[in-house]
Amino acid sequence: MSKLFTTTALLAALALPAQAVQPAEGETLADSQTYTYWLLDAIKTLDPAKNTDVEGSDVLRQLFEGLMNEDATGGMIPGVAESHTESDDGLTHTFTLRDAKWSNGDPVTAGDFVYAWQRAVNPETASEYAWFLELMNIRNATQIIAGEMTPDQLGVRAVDDKTLEVTLTTRTPYFLKTLSHATTFPVPQKVVEQHGDAWTQPGNLVGNGAFMLESHNLGVDITMVKNPNYWDAANVVMETVRGVTVNDNNIGLTRYLAGELDRVQIPAGQYPRLSQEYPDQAISIPYSCSYAYVFNVSDKGPEALKDVRVRQALTLGLNRDIIVNQVLQGGQKPAYSWTHWATEGFQAPDAEIATMTQEERTEKARALLTEAGYGPDNPLSLSLQYNTDENHKKLAIAAQQFWKPLGVNITLNNVEWKVHTDRMQNQDFDMARYAWCADYNEATTFLDWFRTDGYNSGKWSNAEYDKLMADSKTAEDTAPLYKRAEEILAEEVPAAFVYHYSKVDMINPAIKGIPTENVTNAWYAKDLYRIAQ
Amino acid sequence: MVIEHDKMRSLAARMAQPEVRGRSPWADARRRFLRNKAAMAGLVILLLVVLFAIFGNHLAVWSNEELDFSVMGQVATMGQPSLENGHYFGTDDLGRDLFARTVQGTQVSLLVGLVGAGIAVIVGTLYGAVAGYVGGRTDQVMMRTVDILMSIPYMFVLILLLVMFGRSMTMLFLGIGLISWLDMARIVRGQTLSLKNREFIEAARATGVSTWRIIIRHIVPNLLGVVAVYATLLVPLMILTESFISFLGLGVQEPLTSWGALISEGAGTMSYGTLWQLAFPLFFFVITLFGFFFVGDGLRDALDPKER
Amino acid sequence: MFAFILRRLAVAIPTLLVLIVLSFLLMHLAPGGPFTQERALPPQVLANLNAKYGLDDPLWRQIWNYVYGIVVHFDFGPSFVYPDRTVNQLIADGFPVTLTYGTLSFLAAVLVGVTLGSLAAIRQNSWLDYLAVGISIGAQVLPNFVMAPLLVLVLTLWLGWLPGGGWSFSDPSFWIMPVIALSTSYMASIARITRSSMLEVLGSNHIRTARAKGMPERRVILRHALRPAMLPVVSYLGPVFVSMITGSVVIDIYFSTGGIGKAFVDSALNRDYAVMMGVTILVGALTILFNLVVDILYAWIDPKIRY
Repeated sequence: MSKLFTTTALLAALALPAQAVQPAEGETLADSQTYTYWLLDAIKTLDPAKNTDVEGSDVLRQLFEGLMNEDATGGMIPGVAESHTESDDGLTHTFTLRDAKWSNGDPVTAGDFVYAWQRAVNPETASEYAWFLELMNIRNATQIIAGEMTPDQLGVRAVDDKTLEVTLTTRTPYFLKTLSHATTFPVPQKVVEQHGDAWTQPGNLVGNGAFMLESHNLGVDITMVKNPNYWDAANVVMETVRGVTVNDNNIGLTRYLAGELDRVQIPAGQYPRLSQEYPDQAISIPYSCSYAYVFNVSDKGPEALKDVRVRQALTLGLNRDIIVNQVLQGGQKPAYSWTHWATEGFQAPDAEIATMTQEERTEKARALLTEAGYGPDNPLSLSLQYNTDENHKKLAIAAQQFWKPLGVNITLNNVEWKVHTDRMQNQDFDMARYAWCADYNEATTFLDWFRTDGYNSGKWSNAEYDKLMADSKTAEDTAPLYKRAEEILAEEVPAAFVYHYSKVDMINPAIKGIPTENVTNAWYAKDLYRIAQ
Repeated sequence: MVIEHDKMRSLAARMAQPEVRGRSPWADARRRFLRNKAAMAGLVILLLVVLFAIFGNHLAVWSNEELDFSVMGQVATMGQPSLENGHYFGTDDLGRDLFARTVQGTQVSLLVGLVGAGIAVIVGTLYGAVAGYVGGRTDQVMMRTVDILMSIPYMFVLILLLVMFGRSMTMLFLGIGLISWLDMARIVRGQTLSLKNREFIEAARATGVSTWRIIIRHIVPNLLGVVAVYATLLVPLMILTESFISFLGLGVQEPLTSWGALISEGAGTMSYGTLWQLAFPLFFFVITLFGFFFVGDGLRDALDPKER
Repeated sequence: MFAFILRRLAVAIPTLLVLIVLSFLLMHLAPGGPFTQERALPPQVLANLNAKYGLDDPLWRQIWNYVYGIVVHFDFGPSFVYPDRTVNQLIADGFPVTLTYGTLSFLAAVLVGVTLGSLAAIRQNSWLDYLAVGISIGAQVLPNFVMAPLLVLVLTLWLGWLPGGGWSFSDPSFWIMPVIALSTSYMASIARITRSSMLEVLGSNHIRTARAKGMPERRVILRHALRPAMLPVVSYLGPVFVSMITGSVVIDIYFSTGGIGKAFVDSALNRDYAVMMGVTILVGALTILFNLVVDILYAWIDPKIRY
């Protein structure tokens, strides 16, 4: 999507009155407005600057509000920002803030954002997500994180209490889309300074979101109640939101069926059965994450994988249809591109591999391997590393069996998460499973990964690719660039892309307003309501 | 589920007594053991399980890692136990043959149990015998060390070991074996003390036999009964420990499996209409544990008869 | 006796030190650190984090600082993975939960186990005996990671009697399933031990004498048989306690109780050094204390033992 269009769409949205959440005709609100949802694990932190995971973001989105929110389709709608202007060179963004209040009644000011953003990049905060402000290309962010400049030199300024000015190093097409991310949420300076690290605990925490923190038993549950000081509180129907931790997904499903939860993830393979038994409850919607087996092409990697024919053969040999239709069975799609198919403004190239039958693929894979000098007489031996998880295990076992007929012997190497990441970062693997979830709804969040200076654990490098990604930052029409980038990935095969995620959940039909068309799956409890049944 | 130390001590005391003239205690014990119905039943069960582990693969139609694509994805309806398609015990979620996997799991679990118990018994016996025989300050230091080690929560250390060295059979053997040698060391030391001053040991010492040789040749054989009973009762504990480790996801690597891994997989899917995934491995697990307990108890009662 | 207790407590200190150093080293030697994550951190951010938590000091200095913090300030340090909380807080939150269901399970296992085992012995070869033996044989070997999901399935989904998980100190309905899942196999073992030791005692000469004197059976059992029959049970209690603490991981995972069992496993997997150390030390200290209590109890029951 072009920059121009984004801005226009945003301005149009700004002109509309705040979207009211009200039951449709024929629906009666339930007496008790509560929503209870499933958490796989304990919430690690409620500090927007320190949060790193999806479940934490889900909670923070209720407790705080950034400059922008997302609507039910993932479009950007105003949050604390009431309006926005962009300078002609695209380097200066100016936001006018609405009359919003913190949950203790104090006004939310531009200074609160300045404080929060400076705090996030401050080396003393030691935020693991400080890089997000680098990603936003805010001026001096990189130097401050590196300790070369002081936080007050960050390119963000409070012109007055209601006006926030952000300066970027370069034109950034996706800038506005980053503003609904938890790292950019404002934090109350007074409270943080008063309580230190404990400011996020129940009783201390002050937020500007539609909900307030009521209680938080680590690893048990977290309860949030409606915030009467929220600027749009009149339109918030939901009264109580509870996140309940159930470490075992199967138990989670049992407890959903017992009526204890309103939403839970469906364990792998159970979607077909549940969608038949509960057609009104089982959903499968696109979710912007991609799953891959990364090939190590660095000096430390195996010689065989440096041969592009071997990599092509491996990706051809992977029977994605079986993985998607017979293992995962939840509406996931076979991946022939790195960028998730549902990403906004992304058109996948017509990959040849996508249209072949599996027999053709296997045949071609055999030919390629023979050409590269491998075959039954000279079998190829590689290891496939994955971190501990029931689904990763199933896929790795299946992959091993798919490659076996090609004369490729795979040793499965299951390690726990920390070891997995550590080895990937040190190129200490042959092939490793990997998944990436979009930070914002645009292709660069995926494609940046394979840049020479991207995360790129396999250390693949391609000059044309790097140039395309650099050009896309300033291009008016980015779609052809992304398409070409994907073509390069398909030819060079730095990783075998396996599948594109779906969010496969059971949702209580009494809960209305859960967005099903937002590929990043951001949801706001202020948009939810429960109807009487 | 823990070994009863009082009974072990009583047994050890008896085994260290000067032999009763006329009849060997072993002959008596054999007679008593053969009369013990529970113990004999246990022995038969164990034999069958071992045969299953050794020869099961010859009966299996499928290998333990092959995916049956005709079943995969509809395991609840197509993957149930059946004689026709060769999946005698049904299949797991990926369409792998549960019979072959149970055979394989049985091999791994028995191996972990036996090797783990073996390590525990060997280390414990030697340590206890050395401490008891050498005596003096060495004994003091060695037994204080045992006291200290006794207070360490071992399961925690085992988890740390597996986290640190990565999962491997060797680590599992060592880690599990190292958990339980301490009790053995204490019991053996106690009995060594009472054996130490007996005539045949003193005679050996007088003729200049080395300390190490005396321990191996004269002390240890006299502790054989305790060692045998303890080892038999230790095996099921090792198997239980392994199942717990597998539950935590720190067990053996795929495509290898163990009872613990199979049971915890089966337990996860128990309400999805694939109960056989839990039932078969659990059955073998349970009967084997019983087998070892019955045999262990029977051995102990046979060697240390008391009026009942 | 007093000297014995003192001596045991004196051993406790070196034991804890060994434990601290051992787990500290194991943890730090493991690949990956608390901040290793999917998106590799820029080196500068990682350096900032390490500096903040003192992880850039040499290892011996870290151990020293750690022990110093505990001894002088009773401060177990900050959690790396839960930056909002200190280890003291995490333990203060989780430990009471584990202690509550742990103690209840322990009591349930002992009381029910001893009663069942004694009844079975007294009525040897009756239907009660067979029932007790049958149940305890089965329950002994059923892993609690099979029992726990089964309980949720039956008691929560099918019968709707109990909440399927979570924790509340004020509502005992949250305690029942954890206690059942944790105590059953120990209950069975205790019943088995009690039964066999009771049979042995009931067959002994002094009980025969008491019976011959015409003492009522009830009195024979309560006054003369129970106490000596308890000896093997008591020596079993130490290990029961320790494995209950370990087994609480399963309870925390399946019932989301928020106890320290899961906190430990998580901290080891997440390289949350301080939490892992804190829980290890706590459990180590408890183990020492409990073994001591068991020994004292043993001496109290068995007059033959003198320390």
